[in-house]
Amino acid sequence: MGSKGYTNILTVDKSQLPHSNIILVLVGLLLRWLTGLHSYSGQGSPPMFGDFEAQRHWMEVTLNLPVDTWYFNTTENNLLYWGLDYPPLTAYHSLLCGYIAKLLVPDSVQLFTSHGHESYEHKYFMRLCVFLSDLLIYIPALLCFFSLENSTCLVQGKASKVLFLSQTFVYSVAFLYPGLILIDHGHFQFNCISLGLFVWACLHMSENNHILTCVLFCLSLNYKQMELYHALPFFFYYLGCLYKTQSIPLLLKLGTSVVATFTVLWLPFLNMSQLKQIIHRIFPLYRGLFEDKVANFWCSANVLYKFKTQFTNDQMAFICLCVTLVAILPSCVALFRSPTFTKFQLSLINVSLGFFLFSFHVHEKSILLVAIPVLLYLPKDPFPVVWFLLISTFSMFDLYVKDQLVMPSLVLMVLFYISIHHFVTQFCSGHYLLWFSFLISMFGCIVLMSFSLFLLPPLRYQHLFSLFISSYSFAHFVLFFVYFYSKQFELNFKLKHIKTT
Amino acid sequence: MMWTLFLLSSCVKLLLIPSYTSTDFEVHRNWLAITSSLPLSQWYTDATSPWTLDYPPLFAFFEYILSFVAYYFDPLMLDVNNLNYKSDATLLFQRLSVIFTDIILLYGVKECTNYFTQSKIIKPKKWTQPRSHQIVFQILLIFNTGLFFVDHIHFQYNGFLFGVLLLSMAKILQGHYYEGAFWFAVLLNLKHIFIYIAPAYFVFLLRNHCFHPNKPASLSTLSMTKLSKLGAVVVSVFAVSFGPFIGQLPQVLGRLFPFDDRGLCHAYWAPNFWALYNTVDKAAVVIVKRFDLVSVNVTNTMTRGLVENSQHVVLPSISPRVCLVLTLCGILPCCYKVWKCPGNPLHFVRCLVLCAATSFVFGWHVHEKAILLVIIPLTLLAVIWEQEARFFLLLSTIGYFSLFPLLFRPAELPTKTIIFLIQCIYSFGHISLIYQQVSSSFYRLPLLNIVESLYICNFVSVYLFDNFFMNLFGLREKFPFLNLLVISLYCS
Repeated sequence: MGSKGYTNILTVDKSQLPHSNIILVLVGLLLRWLTGLHSYSGQGSPPMFGDFEAQRHWMEVTLNLPVDTWYFNTTENNLLYWGLDYPPLTAYHSLLCGYIAKLLVPDSVQLFTSHGHESYEHKYFMRLCVFLSDLLIYIPALLCFFSLENSTCLVQGKASKVLFLSQTFVYSVAFLYPGLILIDHGHFQFNCISLGLFVWACLHMSENNHILTCVLFCLSLNYKQMELYHALPFFFYYLGCLYKTQSIPLLLKLGTSVVATFTVLWLPFLNMSQLKQIIHRIFPLYRGLFEDKVANFWCSANVLYKFKTQFTNDQMAFICLCVTLVAILPSCVALFRSPTFTKFQLSLINVSLGFFLFSFHVHEKSILLVAIPVLLYLPKDPFPVVWFLLISTFSMFDLYVKDQLVMPSLVLMVLFYISIHHFVTQFCSGHYLLWFSFLISMFGCIVLMSFSLFLLPPLRYQHLFSLFISSYSFAHFVLFFVYFYSKQFELNFKLKHIKTT
Repeated sequence: MMWTLFLLSSCVKLLLIPSYTSTDFEVHRNWLAITSSLPLSQWYTDATSPWTLDYPPLFAFFEYILSFVAYYFDPLMLDVNNLNYKSDATLLFQRLSVIFTDIILLYGVKECTNYFTQSKIIKPKKWTQPRSHQIVFQILLIFNTGLFFVDHIHFQYNGFLFGVLLLSMAKILQGHYYEGAFWFAVLLNLKHIFIYIAPAYFVFLLRNHCFHPNKPASLSTLSMTKLSKLGAVVVSVFAVSFGPFIGQLPQVLGRLFPFDDRGLCHAYWAPNFWALYNTVDKAAVVIVKRFDLVSVNVTNTMTRGLVENSQHVVLPSISPRVCLVLTLCGILPCCYKVWKCPGNPLHFVRCLVLCAATSFVFGWHVHEKAILLVIIPLTLLAVIWEQEARFFLLLSTIGYFSLFPLLFRPAELPTKTIIFLIQCIYSFGHISLIYQQVSSSFYRLPLLNIVESLYICNFVSVYLFDNFFMNLFGLREKFPFLNLLVISLYCS
C-alpha cells in the first residue's frame, strides 16, 4: 500500500466498446433491483421490525399528522416506535412517498393499523422508491463526476509502465460497489439520496460553482445528519479560499446560500421548542457508545478495556469528541492552508474516516460515508481505493447475516471482485509485496466470513466472530487512515516544493 | 475467459432466486417426487397431480438422479402428495439445479467456439479483432436473455438442453457425425420438442455421411455400413431410454403427445401464424355480431389461462393434421436445399433454424418459449454472416419481447425490462461492430433498414401500451408475426 514507487502519468483511456457505459449503468440497475428481491431488515420479525418499518412508519406519520407534531411524542406519535430522528428533508421525502403510497397501497400508510404492514405490493413499492431515488440522484451524480474528472492523473506505479485506466473500469467500480447496493436495496435505507447530493456538491465544487455546492451540501446535510462527517472539509475548504482571496462577495454568496437553504427547509419548525426537540431527536446522546459490533476504535478497544462501564455516557461523549478532534484537525488545518480540490478530496476521506473510527455512537453502515469519498478518489489512486471498498463491504458482513442477505452479499462481492480482478493483477505485477499483502488480506476476509457462516461460536462468547470481523476491518481502516493521511501531507509537501523551485 | 463469463452469469442467476416461479416449478417438483418415490412402472401412469410426467424417459432419469441430492435439501419435496409445496430449501435446490446444469450449456458453447478456431470455412480477415466474434457468440449464449427469462425466472431446464443441442451441432460441424447423432438422440430423449429439427439432422446425415458427399446421390453410393452404424447409435440411445417402459409404450407416448386435450394455441398465444388467425377470427366475431348476420354462440373463448380446447367461430377450426401439413410444406424446401448442396455443414445449421422457425409459425400448441429453439442456433450464424446477423437482431428482439407476458408480476417488470435493454444494446452494438457497420443515420439501427428499425422502435409503444394501459391480447401478436413470415420465406 505505502510502497514508494515512481510516479508516472496514468491516463484515463476514453476509447471503448460501443455503449459500454450504458450497459454498465443498466447492469448496476439490474443488480440493485435483483438485490431488492431478497429480504429487508426486520422482515417478518415483530414487534419492532427494522429500518424498512422505520421508513414506512415515517411515511405514515408525516402523511397523517400535522407538521408541528412530527418530532414530538404525542398520543398519536409514539416516538419509542421508530420516531422520526432524521432532519426535515427526510420527513418531506417521506411525505412525498406517503402520498404515492396512499394511491397505490393505501393500507400501508393508515395511522396505527399499518404498524408492521407487510405485503407483496408494498415491498416492491418501497423497493421502487429507493430504486428511483438511486436512478435519479446517485447514479447520474457518479456518471457526471467521473466523466469530468478524468484528464490525467498521478499514480504510484512502476517507472517503465504506463497503466491505462479505462473509463469502463472506473464506472464498473462506481456502479457495482456492493456496500451501497446492499445497504440501500437490501437492508433498506435511502443513503443514495444523501450521498448522491453529496457527490453532486463535490462535482460542483470541482467546477467552482460555489453557490450550488453550498445548496446541494446543505440539502444533503438536511437529509441525513450523518453528513456532518463531510461538513468540516467543506467548511475548511471555503475558509481557506476566503482567507486566501479575502473576497467579500464570495463570503456573501456562500453565507446567503447556506442560510437560505436552511431557512427554507426548516420553515415549518422555526421556533425554539421545535428546534430544541429536533436537535435532541437527531443527535441521540442518550444512546450508547456503540450498539452492534462496529469496526471502530471504541468497539475494538473495548475488548481490552471496558469503556462503557468505566465512564458515564456524557463523559464518554466528551472523550470521543476530544479524540475525534485530535484525529481530524491536522487534516482540516492542512486543507485550510492550501485549499485545492485534490486536497479537499483527501481531507474528506481523512475526516470521515476519523469520525468513523473515533466518534460517539457509530453505526457499521456509517462506513458508507467514508466509502463514497474514497470512491470519488478512484481515478487518482485506484489500487488502495479498490482495496478499501472491498474491506468496507466486508466490514458490514455481520449486518448481512442478520438481514438474511448473505447470498446477495456474497454474489455482489464476487461480481465486484471479478470486475476489478484484471486491474488488480495488472497493477500488482512486479510488486510482489503489494500483491502478497493484498492476497493475505482477502484471504483473511474469506476465512472470517466462512467462520461466521459455518461455525457455531462458543457459548461464552456469542459475538466472537462478529468481533473478529470488526477488529479485522478496524486494523485495515487504521492502516488506510495512516495511508490517506500521509497522502494528504505528501501532497502538501509536493506543492510547497513546486512553489519554492 | 469462458469460466469468468459463466461465473458472472451464475452470480446474476443466484440473485434471481427469489423471483417469480410459474407452475413449471411445481411441475418439476412433482416429477422429482414421482421419480424418487414411485416405482418405475408408475412413472407414466401416476396422476396424483394434474402435472403429469410428459417429458421423455431420459429426462425422468435425470430427475431421478436429482432427487438423490434433493433429499439433503428438503425430503418433504419428494412426497408425491405434497402438492404445491414450495419451501425455501425446495426453491433453493431447484434453482441451484438449473444453475449447475447450465455447465452443459457452457460445454456446448465451448465446443462451438472450438469449431470457430479450427474451421477453415470462416475467413477471419473480415474481423478487426480475430476473436471478437467468438466472444460475442459466447456472451450472447451464456448471458442469453431468453434463458434468463425462461429458466431462471419462469423455471425450466432449457439451458442444459440447449447445451446438449449446441454440443451435437458442434460435433456435426466438426465432422464427428456419430457423436453428433448420439447427442441429438440423447436430446430427443430429454425433451421431445426437439423433434421439430430432426428432419434437418436426418437429411444432413443421410446425404453427407451415408451417401458420398462429393458424388450425386444414388442408391449405388449409399453406404450401408455407415447407415447401420448411425442407426445403431440412435437406436441404442432410444433403447436405453424407452427400454424400461417397453410394456407401457402407448401410455408413455400418449403422455408425450397429448393431441387430444391440448388446443391449437397455448394458454398465452405464441406470436405465430395461429395467433394472427385467431385475431382474424375474433375480429370476424365482432363484425358478425355487430351486423347481426348469424347468431353465434360465443361461450368458448380462447386464452382463458388453462390448457383447454377451443373452437373457432367464423373461420374453420384447425386440426393437428393441417398444422402438420403446413409445417412439412415449410420444412421441405430447406431440407431439399441441404440435400442438393452437401458438404457445407453451415447449410445444415441454417436448415435447422428454418425447421425450428417453420414449426414455430405453423406448429400445433406452440409455446412462446419455443422461439428459443430458433434464436439459439441462429446465434451461431449471426456471428458468421451479415445477412443472418440481421435476422438474428430482428428475431431475438422480437422473440425476447414476446416472452414478456410470461413474467407478469410487478416485481419482474424492472428485471425483464433491464435485461432486455442490456440484450438489445449489447447485440446491436457488438454485432454491428463485428461487421464494422456503424449506424449511418440517426433513424436507422445498425444493420437494419428503415422499415425494420421503425418496427423495432414500435416495441417501445407496444411496451408502454402493455404496461401502462390495458393489456389487450391479439394486438401484440400482430407485430411479431410479419417478420417470422419473412424468415420462413427466406429459404436458401
